[in-house]
Amino acid sequence: MRFLAFASRNRKELLRDPLNLAFGIGFPVVLLFLLSAIQANIPVSLFRIARLSPGVAVFGLSFMSLFSGTLIAKDRTTSFLMRLFASPLSASDFILGYVLPLLPIALAQSAICFVTSFFLGLSVNANVLLALAVLIPTAILFIGIGLLAGTVFTDKQVGAICGALLTNVAAWLSGTWFDLNLVGGAFKTIAYLLPFAHAVDATRAAIAGDYASILPHLWWVIGYAVAVAGIAIVVFKRKMSSDSM
Amino acid sequence: MTTAIQATDLTKKYGAKIAVDALNLSVEQGELFALLGVNGAGKTTTIKMLTCLSRPTSGDAFLLGDSVVSAPGAVKEKTNVSPQETAVAPNLSVKENLELIAQIYGSDKRAARTKADEMLSVFGLTGVTGDRAKTLSGGMQRRLSIAMALISDPQILFLDEPTLGLDVLARRELWAAIEELKGRVTIVLTTHYMDEAEALSDRIGIMSEGELKAVGTSAELMSKTGTRTLEDAFVSLATEPGVRA
Repeated sequence: MRFLAFASRNRKELLRDPLNLAFGIGFPVVLLFLLSAIQANIPVSLFRIARLSPGVAVFGLSFMSLFSGTLIAKDRTTSFLMRLFASPLSASDFILGYVLPLLPIALAQSAICFVTSFFLGLSVNANVLLALAVLIPTAILFIGIGLLAGTVFTDKQVGAICGALLTNVAAWLSGTWFDLNLVGGAFKTIAYLLPFAHAVDATRAAIAGDYASILPHLWWVIGYAVAVAGIAIVVFKRKMSSDSM
Repeated sequence: MTTAIQATDLTKKYGAKIAVDALNLSVEQGELFALLGVNGAGKTTTIKMLTCLSRPTSGDAFLLGDSVVSAPGAVKEKTNVSPQETAVAPNLSVKENLELIAQIYGSDKRAARTKADEMLSVFGLTGVTGDRAKTLSGGMQRRLSIAMALISDPQILFLDEPTLGLDVLARRELWAAIEELKGRVTIVLTTHYMDEAEALSDRIGIMSEGELKAVGTSAELMSKTGTRTLEDAFVSLATEPGVRA
């Protein structure tokens, strides 16, 4: 059970970083309030809370890549990982230790997002619990991207790739800020070849109680999550047995 | 005397570059052995191979009977390392850092707490028990790093340039802490400070360009080279072509 000690350390490192809390919890909540205020002042239905909150929940999860990637990259660059690689921790201990603390943080972040949405008019019902479950593969996908980025890049590079590029790509191509049908064409095709729009649509379907529409979208997310997490684990294990950390 | 480390033709190549060239070395149990050399001499690569962080290209080393090539798990259970760069978890307190390493090496929570208290006392860290590691001075972080390496009760301890970058007072304090360990723990210490090697070690190995040029006490090395200081002996051995221990 050595991985539990390592997981506990990682949880503390993540939660004690005020930037993580600001971006992970504060930013999505601010967005919900801001976009709901805009919605209240425009005649078209652009940011209805039932459509907005699933999008913001997925967008918020994209920060999990930044958190996990930065943590791993910093451990590498400060030699902390070298100390741990010289210890009896196995590859699976490392992977579980990095991934496990992020899952409850991701779920808590999504839960806070929905609870905030209740105050902005989202219906309080059991579908929100289903939406939280639907978001788990999305959380794993973003954590996997972070594990991969943190294993390969420096913490500064992770900041640029996961903090700037990924969050923007995930946001623009998810259909959160605008209806993808409004753009259509190649943009929409590309968006639906990637997992982010499917993640938002699956969560929206869960919130709406449209159960039949969940799985067709969720399979895309699960497929990407399994592939990315698998690649991340392989790359991490290779890095562990290589000479360059 | 029991042999703690027996390296036979230990070699590491990176492509065409030979980082460590057929190193043969024997270190007795309880001995403090210093590896002395300029930057790039192969000291850190040797430590990495002996701590199972880097697989030898050829040759082998046995640590208390276990091979770094075929039984790295067994080697890791009885060794610990304080890497060249200070390797601490920045957002964990001093005590939490110590408890983390104790638990990773198999202690339960209670035993880890007891061991941490002991290390805090031995290394004069009781005044900063609850302070986050990132707030400590360089000297205190290095001291914590060494305490973290010792909390697992290793039979063999590797200290990679433990006083690099420290001021004179911090260096002397660390020397005193290392002196305390002599005889109880087998220590391999790398350094490029002559005075450090002379003050702390039972024997000194001089490395240059990946080769172990000579091994002996400082008096033996001076006698061998007909010099009056260890620095002169080092310069003579490190620059003399074709010399090998």
